Amino acid sequence: MKRRDFLKNTAVFVAGASVSVAALDFIDPKELLAANPELKWGFLVDTYKCVGCGFCVKACKTESDIPFEANVTRTWVERYVIKRDGDVVMDCPKGARDGYTTKLLDENRSGMVEVPDEEIAQAFFVPKLCNHCTTPACVQVCPVGATYQTADGVVLVDWTWCIGCGYCIMGCPYGVRFFHPVERVADKCTFCYHRISKGGNTACAQACPFGARQIGNLKDPNDPVAQAIMTQRVGILRDEYGTKPNVYYIGLNKEVR
Amino acid sequence: MVEQVAQMVVHGEAWTIKDLFVLPNEYVYWSIQIVLYPYMTGLVAGAFVLSSLYHVFNVEKLKEIARYALVFSFALLPVAMMPLMLHLMQPFRGINVLMTPHFTSAISAFGIVFMTYAFIVAAEIWFVYRKFIVESIYRLTEKQDCTRLERLLLPIYKVISLGAMDISDKALNSDHKAIKFLAALGIPVACFLHGYAGFIFGSVKANALWMTPLMPVIFICSAVVSGIALCIVSYYLFMEIRKWAAKRGKNWLLPDALAQGGTAIPVEQLRSIQEHEVKITSKYLLIFMTAALTLEILDMIFRGYTAVKSWDALRMVIYEHDFMKIFVYQYGIGNFLPFLMLLLPGLTTRRAVIASSLVLFGVFMMRWNVVIGGQAFSLTFAGFMEYSMPIIPHDIETFKEGLGGMLSVIVTPFIIFYFLNMIFPAFMTDNESH
Repeated sequence: MKRRDFLKNTAVFVAGASVSVAALDFIDPKELLAANPELKWGFLVDTYKCVGCGFCVKACKTESDIPFEANVTRTWVERYVIKRDGDVVMDCPKGARDGYTTKLLDENRSGMVEVPDEEIAQAFFVPKLCNHCTTPACVQVCPVGATYQTADGVVLVDWTWCIGCGYCIMGCPYGVRFFHPVERVADKCTFCYHRISKGGNTACAQACPFGARQIGNLKDPNDPVAQAIMTQRVGILRDEYGTKPNVYYIGLNKEVR
Repeated sequence: MVEQVAQMVVHGEAWTIKDLFVLPNEYVYWSIQIVLYPYMTGLVAGAFVLSSLYHVFNVEKLKEIARYALVFSFALLPVAMMPLMLHLMQPFRGINVLMTPHFTSAISAFGIVFMTYAFIVAAEIWFVYRKFIVESIYRLTEKQDCTRLERLLLPIYKVISLGAMDISDKALNSDHKAIKFLAALGIPVACFLHGYAGFIFGSVKANALWMTPLMPVIFICSAVVSGIALCIVSYYLFMEIRKWAAKRGKNWLLPDALAQGGTAIPVEQLRSIQEHEVKITSKYLLIFMTAALTLEILDMIFRGYTAVKSWDALRMVIYEHDFMKIFVYQYGIGNFLPFLMLLLPGLTTRRAVIASSLVLFGVFMMRWNVVIGGQAFSLTFAGFMEYSMPIIPHDIETFKEGLGGMLSVIVTPFIIFYFLNMIFPAFMTDNESH
């Protein structure tokens, strides 16, 4: 082959290859499947309705294959007891997997604590889950891009690509991430993406007997969640980190961490 | 049933003790290996900076220790990566960091920064030892009765000479220029390598103790301090061993002698070199210690003075839970005591070495207090966690994240150095200067 021919063939090959590579752009699955400008998932927690039964935690563990005995969980319920003198006692034994059935508060190494009824000013439960932040710290810090944000606003983890460095666990200001005890990769709540993207409900919301948890489309003005966020006084957790959470709380106290 | 339960132990649960209100998923996820990671990179960077003091700034007095520091820095280099690999839950996927780097993450740059640095150090060693390599090739080729080790060395030298056999004055002159250039380039890259380790921590906005822009600078200063201290201590120890071995002809303790066939350095000369180098180097140690200490205390004062929301929890950790570790071990034994020891007049070699050992301990405690201390409080600021390092491992995880893993990481550079010293004699003396 002459040098001229070689160069010519190379040019043709490169040009042809670049056209076909450009074609890949058209079939980007993200654009096809999820880039729905009408859809952005959000979550509403009504803390007034939560009784701390822990059904959501149980349902979540079953649905998402987190071993029941493992002391990690994708969602949990915290108990707050605010005393008349302003002190706050909090606990969350096993993520409230078994529900709150006793007045004893589990303070880990400090043992069990009971606050006498007459000292209690108020007490309530706060369910927690991944906030699926609009600017998630975990996605920013993942060194390999194994955790990512879908176009409809859900933050997911690719179990096949996660190297297990734990940087996302450290980066999350809400402590929702953990190492999956069996898969040995970072794991967290997915808003039950496999269910909601097929029109279903999340496992936790479905299991809640009191309707304290609700998932909805924030971009749909007729969606009950979007309406509640628009018309009621709702709060978000730890906005000082600038992560813009998408889980909204009705009845959020300043004591809630 | 037993197996099932054993499998259910979550990563971090085995060594985390929780107190008060801690979120269910919170554990000390980053343990001893992540303490060692900045410690080891710090040693690499510090050792390199020490060797550059001679090559770039022409500090002739540091000549002998500079050559040693360079080779030792190269031996430490692969070990800087070791804790990271030991720490990963999926070590076989570690290569993904290089394959699909996600550039908004500080860790993603690790491969690039680390490789750049490794090439610079390797190239500098090559230029420093090129004359020696070529001479060795000639010497070993001519030699009739080669030992088995020498027969092994010859092809190694032939390969690493890269065919550059020219050792005319002109060629050696350009070698010197290259060394100077690489050493100068190496300083900012070494600082970047380590400052970047500081950035990994400093940029975690969720962690109240880590998040400060001072973190990279603090890390660089303490890196140089620990690197120099390690060079002093190990140089002293190796010299002691060499003196001892040279007297008794125990060649297996002198890997370079074993490989190159006998050292010509008499014991007396070794002693004078040792004294001279150790004392001079400790002066530089003092300078960098002052800088490191100033920054660390500035950071502490600033946190107390501004007293933002997290301060209540941090104060508990700093002044109560970790008081011994921070004020007694790190600042007292690890900083002020060696500081005084180095400042007092009539510095002897032994005092300099003991002070340097304390400095090494102090910097290790600083890494510990940053990494473990940063996880000593809950995200809720209403609870605390304690890391109890697994001493006796009962599975691979408690080995890696416990005493066993720690010792493996600490011992490895010395093993690498032993063999590296056969190829690049770090204690070689020549009369050239540049």
